[in-house]
Amino acid sequence: MLLPAEKRKRLFAAGLLTNRASPRVQKTYLWPMRPRDLLCPKPAGLYCAPGDFYIDPVRPVARALITHGHSDHARAGHGSVLATRQTLDIMALRYGENFAGSTQEAAFGETTTLNGVAVTFHPAGHVLGSAQICVEHGGTRIVASGDYKRRPDATSQPFEPIRCDVFITEATFGLPVFRHPPDVDEIGKLIRSTQQFPDRAHLVGAYALGKAQRVIRLIRDAGYAKPIFIHGALAKLCDYYQSEGIDLGELRPATVDSGSKGDFAGAIVVGPPSAFADRWARRFPDPISCFASGWMRIRQRAKQGGVELPLIISDHSDWDELLETIVETGAGEIWVTHGREEALVRWCELQGIAAKALHLVGYEDEGD
Amino acid sequence: MNRFAELLDRLVLTPARNGKLTLLADYFRTVEDPDRGYALAAITGDLSIPAIKPAMLRMLVTERMDPVLFGYSYDYVGDLAETVSLVWPDPPPGQTPNHRPTLGGVVDALQSASRSDGPNVLARLLDSASIEARFAIIKLVTGGLRIGVSARLAKQSLADFGKVDVTEIEELWHGLKPPYIELFAWLEGSTPKPQTAVKALFRPVMLSNPVEDRDLEKLDPADYAAEWKWDGIRVQAVSQDDVRRLYSRTGDDVSGAFPDLVDAMDFSAALDGELLVGNPRDATGTFSDLQQRLNRKTVSPKMRERFPAFMRCYDLLQLGDDDLRALPFIERRKRLEAFVATLDPTRFDLSPLAPFADWEQLNGMRTNPPHPVIEGVMMKRLDSSYVAGRPKGPWFKWKRDPHTVDAVLMYAQRGHGKRSSFYSDYTFGVWQGPEGEEELVPVGKAYFGFTDEELKQIDKFVRDNTIERFGPVRSVRADRTNGLVLEVAFEGLNRSTRHKSGVAMRFPRISRLRWDKPTIEADRIETLKALLD
Repeated sequence: MLLPAEKRKRLFAAGLLTNRASPRVQKTYLWPMRPRDLLCPKPAGLYCAPGDFYIDPVRPVARALITHGHSDHARAGHGSVLATRQTLDIMALRYGENFAGSTQEAAFGETTTLNGVAVTFHPAGHVLGSAQICVEHGGTRIVASGDYKRRPDATSQPFEPIRCDVFITEATFGLPVFRHPPDVDEIGKLIRSTQQFPDRAHLVGAYALGKAQRVIRLIRDAGYAKPIFIHGALAKLCDYYQSEGIDLGELRPATVDSGSKGDFAGAIVVGPPSAFADRWARRFPDPISCFASGWMRIRQRAKQGGVELPLIISDHSDWDELLETIVETGAGEIWVTHGREEALVRWCELQGIAAKALHLVGYEDEGD
Repeated sequence: MNRFAELLDRLVLTPARNGKLTLLADYFRTVEDPDRGYALAAITGDLSIPAIKPAMLRMLVTERMDPVLFGYSYDYVGDLAETVSLVWPDPPPGQTPNHRPTLGGVVDALQSASRSDGPNVLARLLDSASIEARFAIIKLVTGGLRIGVSARLAKQSLADFGKVDVTEIEELWHGLKPPYIELFAWLEGSTPKPQTAVKALFRPVMLSNPVEDRDLEKLDPADYAAEWKWDGIRVQAVSQDDVRRLYSRTGDDVSGAFPDLVDAMDFSAALDGELLVGNPRDATGTFSDLQQRLNRKTVSPKMRERFPAFMRCYDLLQLGDDDLRALPFIERRKRLEAFVATLDPTRFDLSPLAPFADWEQLNGMRTNPPHPVIEGVMMKRLDSSYVAGRPKGPWFKWKRDPHTVDAVLMYAQRGHGKRSSFYSDYTFGVWQGPEGEEELVPVGKAYFGFTDEELKQIDKFVRDNTIERFGPVRSVRADRTNGLVLEVAFEGLNRSTRHKSGVAMRFPRISRLRWDKPTIEADRIETLKALLD
């Protein structure tokens, strides 16, 4: 039996006393389910006990719901996987067709019921096919956002804010210092540098899934029509993006067999960041190393990495966007997953919003 | 302001000299007056703006945001100017200024602000600026851009931009003031070279070439005079009417650090010579003594007493109203000898000629100099006039052979540009501690001296023998039985309180790779320390 005070607290936590949840919820359920009974952190990841599934588990489980194709969120070896078609395609490209026992496609906005728990995928704006997962049961609605961004991106479906009782947010760039500039300005710097240094190859480090394609697309949108050279690790994913109707222009493999060193003078070469520290990079004439990442906001990061031309382009929300999103979801309670949780929790406290860090392990907070 | 901010950011991260020159010249080409002139002054350190203390900056920002969130941010970034530029809140809508400030506008606003109004003026500027521009503004008011561009490099970029010789810029420099409108007009070819009425100007210096293989067989010893090459810093003492200036060899005014010497410049002339410390008659101090006096804006009486500065003169460029630079060396030398005899002997003395009969004898003198503060000999053609720059032929330097030490490679760091995929910067150490329990202690860092082929070999060694990684740095296997011995050449050794080993090398470079040498046979710290005394 619940005491009135505790009951109030729980209703508040569920967002009912702040009038933030839908009226339907209030009518149907007198005792809304406690959020922590619906989703809770376990060593394998975020677990839904009533539905018996995990969201983005870091080790093999019987049933997994996957938000997006980055390797720390999407792992191989689960019994069954529910994800968007594009996320399933990307997983198959990376891990082979048999990456899971069985797969099921989730269409954006359509609700699937798993053991009585309603599950809906909504676009997260992070990379192609990325989703937030809305889990609803017993009058409580939780949105697990995975990784997300709010900026327009021609290579990804735009983020949709979903009203909910609890919003689970990432905090990769959860500090007031992270304020991403407009991406067109950053690409402008790159294009200008290719004009200033026409004899040098510009090596752009960008993560293979999402960032690389977005950067290439931004370069195209800036009017750069010459072929762009790509590292072998990017080929499959770039082909996939093109097959999904995202025009990346003419891409060529950055191999020396195709010509002499001089061919790369003034060229833009895109590859995974790790490749540029490698012997692979020696084929280019006096290269300028560029890195497209939200981390490039911090000068010392660029300096330590030997980056000459940092491009502050991120697939995560910056500080202002994290705050804006928290407010838009109307959630009465915020759970913070990976990243710099303490500042975001502090901000929520200052606004009178309940917040806590989930301390999930296994997600790389460095990748962007 | 944004273009200036972008320039600063690019310069900081561009390690190559040519890259920096391109960025600077492009900036001067595309940015208009007076902004480009103020940018130039900021880079050369000639822009004076009332300073704002870091504590004031911190106060301004914590009045505008939660101090706890600011604390988290500062802890993460580690640099106050950068943190403030990033977290500074945009003013509420409606109060946003409708235009972004220009560099000229920022400089005007800061220079005309009263002391008490300074912080408010700064806050208003930060309100109106973009993140990048805020960083540049804060760097201007806290002093010190720290972008790795010397005044000399900035002048070289002006020379590239205007297609003139850098010595022309150096000669004019001290007669010009920010924002250098007439300088840019001349460099763009729209007006003649600016005339200046400023007194005691710098005269671009004449430099020498090192003696290389087979140079000497083509030269007649009878055409040359020799002098000792003293291990101090090259200076030019110019005094005209009431204006006295002591210049470095690149034309920077260093008078402030040497008031004792400037006090004694009661003449009307321009002297070229070596700045040293000690007593000219019998106690010429070492370069490490001299370092105590370098790079200071002011100097305490105690410092002046312990390390008195003097000038060892070797050329006379101007005497009264007569420009002597076109005269042959031998003629200038006669006038120099007569002139120095009239000066304060505790502050000025003559660099003596070192007579020799043939190159072999001079070689002997070079390798066994009579004084520890001599680093070789200079050879000057008797009929050479004084010309700016580094013409080949009239002046040579022939240095003592460098010291060498066998050290063990300890850490390697990835290079930049062409070398960005190579581990090309090496930290090396020598042994210290009792026998049987030796440990390596780092004594220096070098990133040149090897051939491209050797670089590939060392790079492979580093990749195959990495034991730890710290960002771009790798720690390599180096113990009694494993590791790579490097023969390191260096010009001298100073005591250092900053390095664990207690010594700091001057001009270290890799002279040979000793694949053959077992690491335990590398040198010990005692060998180096013996060089200090």
